[in-house]
Amino acid sequence: MSKENPVKTTVYYSTLTGGRIIPCDNTGSIFAPRRICVITLAGSHPVLQSGKTIKSISYQISTNCSRLQNKVSGKFKRGAQFLTELAPLCKIYCSDGEEYTISSCVRGRLMEVNENILHKPSILQEKPSTEGYIAVVLPKFEESKSVTEGLLTQKEYEEVVVKRLKATTAAS
Amino acid sequence: MVGEKESSSPSKRRDTEKRKLQLLNMFPLTVENKHVAQLLLSTGTCPRCIFRFCGVDFHAPYKLPYKELLSELQKFLKAEEDELVSEIPNPPPKKIRLQEPEDQIDGMDSLSQNGEGKLSVTEDGSSSSKNSNLNVCNVCLGILQDFCEKEFIKKVCQKVEASGFEFTNLVLSVSFPPQLSVREHAAWLLVKQEMGKQSLSLGRNDIVQLKEAYKWITHPLFSEELGVPIDGKSLFEVSVVFAHPETVEDCHFLRAICPDCFKPAKNKQSVFTRMAVMKALNKIKEEDFRKQFPCPPNSPKAVCTVLEIECAHGAVFVAGRYNKYSRNLPQTPWIIDGERKLESSVEELISDHLLKVFKAESFNFSSSGREDVDVRTLGNGRPFAIELVNPHRVHFTSQEIKELQQKINNSSNKIQVRDLQLVTREAIGHMKEGEEEKTKTYSALIWTNKAIQRKDIEFLDDIKDLKIDQKTPLRVLHRRPLAVRTRIIHSMETCYVDEHHFRLYLKTQAGTYIKEFVHGDFGRTKPNIGSLMDVTADILELDVESVDVDWPPALDD
Repeated sequence: MSKENPVKTTVYYSTLTGGRIIPCDNTGSIFAPRRICVITLAGSHPVLQSGKTIKSISYQISTNCSRLQNKVSGKFKRGAQFLTELAPLCKIYCSDGEEYTISSCVRGRLMEVNENILHKPSILQEKPSTEGYIAVVLPKFEESKSVTEGLLTQKEYEEVVVKRLKATTAAS
Repeated sequence: MVGEKESSSPSKRRDTEKRKLQLLNMFPLTVENKHVAQLLLSTGTCPRCIFRFCGVDFHAPYKLPYKELLSELQKFLKAEEDELVSEIPNPPPKKIRLQEPEDQIDGMDSLSQNGEGKLSVTEDGSSSSKNSNLNVCNVCLGILQDFCEKEFIKKVCQKVEASGFEFTNLVLSVSFPPQLSVREHAAWLLVKQEMGKQSLSLGRNDIVQLKEAYKWITHPLFSEELGVPIDGKSLFEVSVVFAHPETVEDCHFLRAICPDCFKPAKNKQSVFTRMAVMKALNKIKEEDFRKQFPCPPNSPKAVCTVLEIECAHGAVFVAGRYNKYSRNLPQTPWIIDGERKLESSVEELISDHLLKVFKAESFNFSSSGREDVDVRTLGNGRPFAIELVNPHRVHFTSQEIKELQQKINNSSNKIQVRDLQLVTREAIGHMKEGEEEKTKTYSALIWTNKAIQRKDIEFLDDIKDLKIDQKTPLRVLHRRPLAVRTRIIHSMETCYVDEHHFRLYLKTQAGTYIKEFVHGDFGRTKPNIGSLMDVTADILELDVESVDVDWPPALDD
């Protein structure tokens, strides 16, 4: 075998030049290969904790705006909805009445949202880092470097989560 | 003679006369041409241009030496009208008999005693001829004077030989300054007026074009000097560009009259191109032209200058098939921000040798599809074609090409080349055809997260013509449009390795992303191996086993 036996991390992530995570307030996480950012839920997101059941997911974030209406054309992705860090991507409705809004966390053009999780919301919880992704965003060429610089590695992210946990337990 | 039919139309009579003259190798002008010839010569036009405006459309007269033409012309003009040949019952001797010069011939008052008209001595007129009677022609600006004679041609040929090109034929391309068209037009108006007085019916189309006459004279000279034939289809082009700075502004008046002919375009240095000038000349009314430009044109001080003499050879094409044995080699150079990310490339490893041997300026590499940096190409290899731009050397025996192939193969173990051969530009189409239509076969080494047994993969062998939908893979989305592509996996064959690995051989439609078919690309390729087997799968190695295009033709080495 020419590659090491990858049991924990799959090799194709290496072709995606390594995952990076950004700690947003709602803990969205991103992998960023070649400028492309895939928005997924980070491990510490409430929705991913045990016991939570997702009732439905909606891409209708306001009366006039549905992320499903996003259409891009051509090599330069014209027509895409432009997202700022706080722009909402979708709303997740849980069976216990809780509602979560997932923000983009990355500035850029919206390429696509994942329609698979609309039809089968459980994928979001079963495979949050792969088939359960939320959206794909392409930052502007000039901004792509600053975007990746703001991201953390898996290890750094875990340290942040640990710190956060300590802070909340200390506060309580 | 009584009862005999009269000769047919005047023009037919004229043609017959000309043919007879040609046969007898005589001076090509007849009595009908006398007034026009006299007028043109007296206003500063050279003998060859005079022939053109008299409709002399056979080559021989133009090829005679300039001095001889000038003296023959003068004799012709001096001779009595009835001395001149109009019908040929008994062919007179070669040279026209001289007569005592008449003071006046039909209204040509301005003639001086020796019939030379207004010719004057110029200081820096003709370049090489020392004859004081030779003016710079007011129509061709010297093109049909010195620039079509042996001495100049020799100079051009020296440059051609010094350029180091290998050629077995050539095509000559000459470019004249646009103001020549203006002068030609002026001369035509003058001639037309004169012929009107005599009710002659020489049409505009009977006038021989300057470029045509130039080529009649120079083609044999080039052929002789360089030892190769002139062939309009030749790939080797010798181009000579003339300019005449002194009269550049001759065209400018046209812009005021026909402004829309001279719209500035991006890449043009001057709006006064030959095409634009011709267009305007076709539009302009005779009166308007005559108001702005002298008919006849005035005599210039100097001849044309030679702006450039360039040689270029049309591209030649080399095709073959390549194998790629490295998992660390891009097809084209990988350079980001001026920094090379990976050493070398498939195209450089093949083309650098060709560039050297063909002594070409540059190359364009294309192939029937391509593979990623980390993918090998096995089997018969992938068809490719290389365009070699402006090659100085083009003739190679098949033995020499075989040796070139061997050289390439000896120089690197990352790639190997086969079936190397020269092909035509048209043949390239076959290769690109393959890219869209033909099938490819691959072998992949697949990893699974769940432990598997032989029976878990057997079902894949039975799947035929599986349709898959592939969204543009994330790894190329930054440079490709977002779209969904339907592709077909024609057949698969598995080979169990161990609990977490197996080999998959696939035959697929062209344009299928294999890696994404294996790992699913975040579920954006459906179905995929992972979904078919209900595991998380990934691809560790990929090889192209065959590219099913039967071009270029296989050579038996």
